[in-house]
Amino acid sequence: MTRRIKPITTAAVIFFLVSAVAPLFVSSWATLFALILAKGIVVLGIVLLLQAGQVSFGHAMFFAIGAYTSAFWGKYIGGGDILLYLVLGGISSTVFGLIVGLFVVRYREIFFGMLNLAFSMVLWSLLEKMFPYTNGADGIRVARPGLLGFVFTPETFQYVILYVSLLIAAAAFYGVQRYLESPLGHMLRAIKSNETRLEYLGMSARRVLLIGYVISAFLGGIGGTLVAIIQQIATPEFGFWTKSGEFVFIAILGGGAHAFGAFAGAAMFEWVRFYAAAHLADSWQLILGVVLIVIILYAPNGLIGLRQRYRQSGKRGR
Amino acid sequence: MQYFKTALAAAAATAILAGAALAQGKPQEIKIGIATFLSGPASVFGVPAKAAAEMIAEDLNKKGGIGGVPVKLSFIDEGAGGEALVSNYRRIVQDDKVDATFAAISSGSCNQLVPVAEDLKVMNFMWDCGAASILEVKKYRYNFRTQANGTPEMLAVLIYLLKTKPDFKTIAVVNQDYAWGRESWEIFSTALKAMKPDVQVVAELFPKFGAPDYSTEVSRLLALRPDVVLTTAWGGDLDTLVRQAGQRGLLQQSTFVLGIGESSIQRLGKDLPEGLIVGARGDHWFLHPEKKNDPAFKAFNEAFKAKTGAWPIYPVYHMAQAFKALQTAYDKAIKANGGNWPTREQVVDATAGTEFATGFGRPVTLRPEDNQGLEAQLVGVTKSFPGYDFKLLDNMMIFDPRVITNPAGVRSVEWLKTLKPEFAKMDVPTFKQ
Amino acid sequence: MNSTLAILAVLDGISYAALVFLVSVGLSLIFGVLRVVNVAHGSLYAFGAYLAATFSIKVAPLSPWLTYPALLAASVVIGVVCGGFIERFLLRPLYGRDDVLQLLITFAAFMIMDNLQRLIWGVQPIFAAEPLKLLPNVTVFGVNYTSYQVILLPGVALMTLFGLRYFLRHTLAGAVIMAVTEDREASTSIGIDARRVYFVTFIIGASLAALGGALASPTTSLVPGMGADMIVLSFAVAATAGLGQIEGTALTALMIGLTRAFVIYLQPEFEVLVPYLLMVLVLLVRPYGLFGATQVRKI
Repeated sequence: MTRRIKPITTAAVIFFLVSAVAPLFVSSWATLFALILAKGIVVLGIVLLLQAGQVSFGHAMFFAIGAYTSAFWGKYIGGGDILLYLVLGGISSTVFGLIVGLFVVRYREIFFGMLNLAFSMVLWSLLEKMFPYTNGADGIRVARPGLLGFVFTPETFQYVILYVSLLIAAAAFYGVQRYLESPLGHMLRAIKSNETRLEYLGMSARRVLLIGYVISAFLGGIGGTLVAIIQQIATPEFGFWTKSGEFVFIAILGGGAHAFGAFAGAAMFEWVRFYAAAHLADSWQLILGVVLIVIILYAPNGLIGLRQRYRQSGKRGR
Repeated sequence: MQYFKTALAAAAATAILAGAALAQGKPQEIKIGIATFLSGPASVFGVPAKAAAEMIAEDLNKKGGIGGVPVKLSFIDEGAGGEALVSNYRRIVQDDKVDATFAAISSGSCNQLVPVAEDLKVMNFMWDCGAASILEVKKYRYNFRTQANGTPEMLAVLIYLLKTKPDFKTIAVVNQDYAWGRESWEIFSTALKAMKPDVQVVAELFPKFGAPDYSTEVSRLLALRPDVVLTTAWGGDLDTLVRQAGQRGLLQQSTFVLGIGESSIQRLGKDLPEGLIVGARGDHWFLHPEKKNDPAFKAFNEAFKAKTGAWPIYPVYHMAQAFKALQTAYDKAIKANGGNWPTREQVVDATAGTEFATGFGRPVTLRPEDNQGLEAQLVGVTKSFPGYDFKLLDNMMIFDPRVITNPAGVRSVEWLKTLKPEFAKMDVPTFKQ
Repeated sequence: MNSTLAILAVLDGISYAALVFLVSVGLSLIFGVLRVVNVAHGSLYAFGAYLAATFSIKVAPLSPWLTYPALLAASVVIGVVCGGFIERFLLRPLYGRDDVLQLLITFAAFMIMDNLQRLIWGVQPIFAAEPLKLLPNVTVFGVNYTSYQVILLPGVALMTLFGLRYFLRHTLAGAVIMAVTEDREASTSIGIDARRVYFVTFIIGASLAALGGALASPTTSLVPGMGADMIVLSFAVAATAGLGQIEGTALTALMIGLTRAFVIYLQPEFEVLVPYLLMVLVLLVRPYGLFGATQVRKI
């Protein structure tokens, strides 16, 4: 297991370096990479739950909560700072994650997924319908915040938010990897492989899953906050079920077995969407759908699995 | 990792190219980036507008372009969702270096893109979005609205209603639940309260945007029997509402006011009865009473009909207006620069305060105080005419924008509250079909 | 709210519930047998609607009454062609693999179909109301209803409900499907071809979705994106009822339809929230749904 992780970690380091350097050459990539990293953070949370064999089809709710926390702060209190937004988004999504988590960790598999979906759809309808407070389907603008009191020009800002996202993404990646290697992380995996044994060992599977769930909600909230700052807007779409589907999609695309899958998947997804939307404006969904089918049918371990498969078949050949 | 290498190489290449392009002089082309709906429900506006843009650009280039420079269009899809929209907008501005953008149809998109355009210092024409608030809360340098906004659009419809049906006592509203639906009702109801305070609002319904079924809303309105039903819905939503209401006799029972119904008339065909009040978001009508004998206007309409199979609707004319505004601004800037090719900033300077003839209706002025366009408003009532398998507009009134637009610096709602009942008695010319 | 309005609300609720039931029951049936949540179900609904409209527009000039068989034909075509394709080529290679992959591949099918729909039928709203116009209006307390909506739709829904019940309980094919649902291993060992059962069930479920769409097509404008809304609504109904519960789905659809109608009369702002709020409340108390049996699947 550990031996297999190493080349992937190298790939992750290269990926983070490229994200840091490439946008210096093409300025529109700054936003693209910032988005990839922010979404990768959210998908990390999905990957985490996948370790326990659970799929949340409502994780966009935490994404939306993170985004709307900044939006509400800007709308009702005003001012704001990237750091403040992140702290607030982190807190609100953690609190929500804990509340929702207390209910959902009692269930597994499809029931787990369903209940998550149900909660997220309630949130979505509230964001849609509470027009006087949320501005309905149009969403709330998030004014460009400063960082630690500094105010930036738009040109600088896109790099500031890129590097903030990069820093958080790298930290989250490292943290999640450490967590998965820790005893708690192994217990989380045990929920998938043999939950009963976990219980026999005197561990509460619910508690183990709850911890994982709250962490993944926190990651969702942080990602949502970043995306809201990058896009300068929060809309109910952030919490719609297709968004949740997209996150699971990205996790499977990248490969759910390893934390780096989140970023590999996000990079692939945003890249295809960005360029397909640019050149084939009316068929980007089609292209993404076909890519997903091919991945599922022929590379079930996702993009990062491709490499392993290639190596294994090479070895066998030798 | 392979594609990152390729990407790096591409990045380097782009950087070199960008450096080379800095050389001044008359450019090879004027690049225009257009944000429009190519997917989603609002593509009922976006797709015809795209067809119009291509037609207009082709025609313009045949005549030598703008100041002798041909235009080149690129489109981005508003329907792809906020993230893709903003990143693609940044791409066309930062990588493709477009000279101007026309964005966008939905006020939601405008809200997202207007600050981005201001940040990137690229001239943007809000070519179709109607939320008045965008230009009221902040003064922009690079953003202009080349048409009216929701305030004069709704006010024209309301005054038409007050003039043609002065005695109504009750009204209900069925609007889509999003910014336009809510804001248009706020404008309409505020003005109504100011000009005719005795009217009672019996129901305010805001079904979800894109709702497939209005049966329950229709039942409720049938039971309530309001004198007037207002809706500012559009696209598939309006079609569904009108047909479900028509099928069950609601259109006959109450006077329906379709705030922006001009865009649905042809699609609704025979399902649209006579006697409905229809607004057009500007003086847009393919049989514009002051223009219908103008050969250029007729030729444009017929070419559009030949290309797309339908007569132009208001977004088509809005798109044409954006082109006219750009053309006028460039011509003005070239003149001001002594015949030399102007810088981008000079074009922006020239755009403020421009008055331009649209060719398809009355001229539009870009008010220099807030960059808001002053555009006349046409409202009419549906009536059958031989030779058309859909209803036409009759008893059309064309409203003077200077009278029905709130003054610069005064917020719409505040201004509407100050209106008096006499305001509705203004003189407005009426035209038969 | 007086009793007249209450009766109107009940009528509105019933006609809405009828359509929702048709779509949800297909979803529920597929889940009950294949244990797959078919995310593309909403797209099958949309395709059914579009194809039905295409057919009706074609046959209406011959005789408007031909539009009824056209609706039916469209739903069978979509069910067999699209449903068959999804089961045979997308789902079948994944049986025995992770549940999430099956779910995601239907998500991919949803994205593709959503896009194809735009490419095939375009973006302008399509409307084909012939079937609706053929039937007269009925008047209740001075309020007009179309008999298509308050009589025909509930009628078809009831027929589907009893038809499915009869099919599953009293025919051999139905018994085979039930056997596979109860215990796949045991039924395979007695010689039942589970794959065929899956194939047929998926086609039936898909046809029901398409039928829902076909029947909705005369009452509404067909627009891009109509599938995405329907899938979560029908999913909410099926999950609230308990996945795999046919009668339960009917009762839940009725409950949600009626609640929705009353909410529009009393508090229209909460209309969208109703089905999802009900779903959360029910699932919190009964995760297997209102009518789901607890032993359906535990871990």
